[in-house]
Amino acid sequence: MPFRWNPELKPEEITPEEWFKQRRRLMRSAALVGAGAVLGVDPLAAMEKGGAGLGEVRPGVVTLNEKQTSFQDASGYCNFYELGSGKEDPARQAATLVTRPWSVWIDGEVGRPGRVTLEELLKPHPLEERVYRMRCVEAWSMVIPWVGFPLAELLKRFEPGPKARYVAFETVLDPERLPGQKRELLPWPYREGLRLDEAMHPLTILAVGMYGRVLPNQNGAPLRLVVPWKYGFKSIKSIVRISLTTEQPVTSWNAHAPSEYGFYANVNPAVSHPRWDQSKERRIGEFLRRDTLPFNGYGDQVAGLYAGMDLTRDF
Amino acid sequence: MQRLQRYGWLSGLIPLVWLVLGVWQNTLGANPVERLIRVSGDWALWWLLLTLAISPLRHLTGWSGWNRWRRPLGLLCFFYALLHVTCYGVLEHFFSWEGIWRDLLKRPYITVGFCAFLLLLPLAITSTRGWMRRLGNRWGRLHLLIYPAALLVIGHYVLMTKADYRMPLLHAGVLGGLLGWRVWYVITYRIM
Repeated sequence: MPFRWNPELKPEEITPEEWFKQRRRLMRSAALVGAGAVLGVDPLAAMEKGGAGLGEVRPGVVTLNEKQTSFQDASGYCNFYELGSGKEDPARQAATLVTRPWSVWIDGEVGRPGRVTLEELLKPHPLEERVYRMRCVEAWSMVIPWVGFPLAELLKRFEPGPKARYVAFETVLDPERLPGQKRELLPWPYREGLRLDEAMHPLTILAVGMYGRVLPNQNGAPLRLVVPWKYGFKSIKSIVRISLTTEQPVTSWNAHAPSEYGFYANVNPAVSHPRWDQSKERRIGEFLRRDTLPFNGYGDQVAGLYAGMDLTRDF
Repeated sequence: MQRLQRYGWLSGLIPLVWLVLGVWQNTLGANPVERLIRVSGDWALWWLLLTLAISPLRHLTGWSGWNRWRRPLGLLCFFYALLHVTCYGVLEHFFSWEGIWRDLLKRPYITVGFCAFLLLLPLAITSTRGWMRRLGNRWGRLHLLIYPAALLVIGHYVLMTKADYRMPLLHAGVLGGLLGWRVWYVITYRIM
C-alpha cells in the first residue's frame, strides 16, 4: 500500500516544530553512537535507532496511584528469551533486533486480511498513556506507563468475522535478529493468544512505547501486547502476526509446560505454581513482598469475562 | 606457605564482601534480593564441588597437601548455604514460618534444597578435631552424606530452572565427573 498524504490532517496531529528539531538532534546523536549501540548497552541509543519518536500522546488515559518502576529497571530487567534467558540479557542483546522496516500480517477470520506496514497499522490510532501493573509469573511485579492504543480499535478496523472466537499472536521469527531462537528453548516463534472478548476488552492494548518514549527493543519493540490482568508472558513482544481464529490457539509457555502455564494465565493468588508462590510478589524497588491481587487488581473490570468458569482448573 | 595454609580460606569470603558492598551501594540490579539468593546459592554449590575435587586432585597430582583444604572448603560451602537459606527465610519470607512451610510442601525445589541443607548441617557440626576423635571410624561414614547432599543440590538447581537447563546441566556434568572418578577409583583399587 503506497503512502498517501492525509488531507484530513488536523492541526493537533502535526508534530510541533520544536519536537521535530529535537528528534533530529536525537537521531543525529544516535547516528554518532551507532557503533556503540551495537553493543546494546544504552537503551536510549538502541531506541533511537528505531527512528521516529512517538509524536502526540494523550496523557493519563489510565492512571494508577502507585509508584512507577524506574525506566532503568523496567528496561533493564525483563524476560525476552529470544534475546537471552537471563533477565539482564535482553537489554545487553537489544541492538540485534532491528525493528525497521516492520510489517504485520492480520489474517484469519477477518473481513479485510492482509499485510500492513507498522506505519499504516498505527496511523489511525491516537496514542494513549496507560499506567498498568505488570505481574510476571515469576512473582515479581512493576508499574509501567505504557503508550499504546486499545487492541479492540485495531481489530474492528479489520472487521472480525462471525466465526472469530480467538486472537492468535506471533513474534517475529528471525534467528539473526533474535539470536535466542537459535536454540529451541521454546518452540519458536513465540506465540500467544486471547479469547476474542479478552482481546476486545478496553484494558487490552497494543503498546509502541513506555515512559513517553519509543519501546526499547528488549521490551518488545516495535509493537507488543499488554494485558494487565494476566501474567506477563501473555503480553507477547515484537508482533508480526495477528490472526483471528475459531479454535483456541497454541501458546508457547502453555505448550512447553501445560501443567505450569495455562492458556488463560490470569493473575491468581489462589493457584499455586511449583516454583513460585503466586499469593505474593516482589514489586521491583521494594524490599518486602506484597500480596498479589486477583486479576492483578483489575478484577472489577475483568472478572465478568470469566463468570461461571472454574479458574483453578482453567488457570 | 604456612601462612597461606592458615589464612587462605579467608579469600573464600571475597564473594561475601562483594555481596555486602553490592547491597551497600545498591549495585545488585533491579532485584537485589533475588541476586543475593542466587549468588549465595551459586557459591555454596561451587565450594561443594571444590570440596569433592580434593580427592581426585590428590590422586592425580600425588600431593597429599590438598587434604588440608578440604575442611575449609567444606565449611565455606556450609557458610554460603547458610547465607542462602537465611536470605531466603528473611528476605523472601521475612520469618513467616507459614510461608516457608507452604513452600516446603508445594515447591519441590524448596523441599529438595532444604533436605540438602539438612544433610550438610551435621557435617559442618562434626568438622572439628574433637568430633573427629570422638566419632572415630564413624566420622568417615557420616561424612559420606556429602554425596546425597550434592545430588540433592543439583536436583534443587534443575527443579528451580524454568526452561534453560544449560547451567544446571553443566554443574551436573561436573558433579558426574567427580562421582564417576570415585566409582572408577573404588573399582580399580578394589577398596570395598
